[in-house]
Amino acid sequence: MTEERADPPADLPFRDRGRLAGALLRWETLLLFVGVALFIFNALATPYFLNPWTLSDATFNFTEKAIIALAVALLVISGEIDLSVASIVALASIAMGAVAEIGGPLPVIVATGLAVGVLAGAVNGVIVTAFALPSIVVTIGTLSLYRGIGYIVLGDGVFKNYPPEFAIFGQSYVWWVISFELASFLVLAVLFAILLHKTPFGRSIYAIGNNTLAARFAGIRVERVKFLLFCLSGLMAGVASVMLTSRLGSTRPTIAFGWELEIVTMVVLGGVSILGGSGSIPGVVIAAFVMGLITFGLGLLNVPGVVMSVAIGSVLIFVIALPRILAMVRR
Amino acid sequence: MLARIVASRDLMLALIIVAMCLLIATRFPQFIAPGNLIAIAADSSVLIILVMGQLCVILTRCIDLSVASNLALTGMLIGMLNTAQPDIPVPVLALLASLFGLMLGAFNGALVWLLGLPAIVVTLGTLAIYRGMIYVVSGGAWVNAHEMSPAFLGAIRQEVFGVPVLLWVGVAVVAIVAFILRRTAIGRAFYTVGGNPTAAVYAGLNVGRTQFVAFCISGALAGLAGYLWVARYAVAYVEIARGFEFDVVAACVIGGISIMGGIGTVTGALLGALFLGVVKNALPVIGISPFWQLALSGFVIILAVVINARSARSRGRQILPTQREAAP
Repeated sequence: MTEERADPPADLPFRDRGRLAGALLRWETLLLFVGVALFIFNALATPYFLNPWTLSDATFNFTEKAIIALAVALLVISGEIDLSVASIVALASIAMGAVAEIGGPLPVIVATGLAVGVLAGAVNGVIVTAFALPSIVVTIGTLSLYRGIGYIVLGDGVFKNYPPEFAIFGQSYVWWVISFELASFLVLAVLFAILLHKTPFGRSIYAIGNNTLAARFAGIRVERVKFLLFCLSGLMAGVASVMLTSRLGSTRPTIAFGWELEIVTMVVLGGVSILGGSGSIPGVVIAAFVMGLITFGLGLLNVPGVVMSVAIGSVLIFVIALPRILAMVRR
Repeated sequence: MLARIVASRDLMLALIIVAMCLLIATRFPQFIAPGNLIAIAADSSVLIILVMGQLCVILTRCIDLSVASNLALTGMLIGMLNTAQPDIPVPVLALLASLFGLMLGAFNGALVWLLGLPAIVVTLGTLAIYRGMIYVVSGGAWVNAHEMSPAFLGAIRQEVFGVPVLLWVGVAVVAIVAFILRRTAIGRAFYTVGGNPTAAVYAGLNVGRTQFVAFCISGALAGLAGYLWVARYAVAYVEIARGFEFDVVAACVIGGISIMGGIGTVTGALLGALFLGVVKNALPVIGISPFWQLALSGFVIILAVVINARSARSRGRQILPTQREAAP
């Protein structure tokens, strides 16, 4: 897909790296200000907001999605996308439920969830890289396929025989109000930031996203990097699945339905270019908190979930439109 | 050998559909009775209409993921309008539905054209926005069959020459889109813009404006499909047709339309939609749980896209040999 991008002459200004890096720096700062503003708004809107436990509860509605967004961000920077992540969450959850049903011990249940995640991601990666296919279509296909397998296995049923210890992943706290989920997200965010910003592997992701052809000339094994990124995205979906399933304590085939939209929104809101080649992990982390604050604020206003999606969709479009509008105004 | 198979791709797909029908008919002969075949085609009519719009959009190297939400929002508004004003004649309602759908499509198209935003992100956003708007306009309430006027429900069920109007509408849409794509300047522009945007610019075409027109067509057809859907199922609520956009994209991919733009025919798109329609209608007949349908359509999308990838197209674009070709 990246080769195609060189075609329209209109794209050229956006490939100017100096300006892009400068804009990105400003983007994350801007996002931080938005986050602080939302925080203050929420604090003024209700006296209960500044309670540490309220804040802690508010993190649960985005940490699982944010964990997946970290990996999807890397994929998007490399010029690919994974829309099947929510279905992988469902598939992994169903696999764990099936293992729990036959009385599998805790480590086996968790390992099953993670393994199914990696496997599903690897299938995406193999199809995309081996046949040189656009990942958007492939992952729309596996989005149906993985969730469809869930429906075949579970139908309209439910798995809920999880052992009591399983609850630690989604319901426990590591220290005071810091939940296991939030702590995991922060640790993973640091690991992803190091991977993307401090390792040769991370540099190669940018190289591929900016110019696949040049990356190939530079000796980067493009297919292998992309394959690994799809596996990573599957693994993170598996991790999120363990947490979500543990938090809910049950599995239905509709689990995590429609998450792909919020995850992609988080990634794009974080300043990652949907065309690939630019973006940062700190941006995605701030975006995750901003999205959490938006949904929490709307929740305070008693806005129903389906209407929240109007807000999320609008944020998504506004965020990608803003730089273009600013560029037009400046010109 | 491979090139010949690809060349006659439409024929292959048609043969697969016929073979599927015959195979089912060996055990359930009534499956291929003319009445049942017409019923299957009519059942696929809404999908066919949406696929025709999606074809235009994908040809221009864009994608419209908001069609199902557009359908549901327009359907809800038309249902509410019919409940409030039962005297408005059905053709006017259908026209209003198309116009409203066109507005929603034009919003997508304008963002893509004027701001140069990627279509996938724009329509992923409007997918959520339009869906949520249904709740805003309806307050979460349903529009039920007894609230709709008999004319509203009956119009698409009337039979002309033994074929329901629902199917005739689909046929008309296919004919119009085929005419646009083959005989009009804008139709040819869809192919040029998607096939090679740079060449299109040099040829004096406005790439963004062409994509805008494609989104308008897709939106108008989704709006029309909104009326057809609500009249057919006699109910409108927030969740109707949720996830249907994936069926639409699936039908396009199965029909051999390249997601990279510039390649695709009305025949292919039509066959892709009919393929899914036959599969959907065949599953209950041969006793497979409807829960299999989602996985099956996902599997078919992947299979189709892999087969598509083997067409000669991609070779022209990859200048440096890929690792696999370069290896031994």
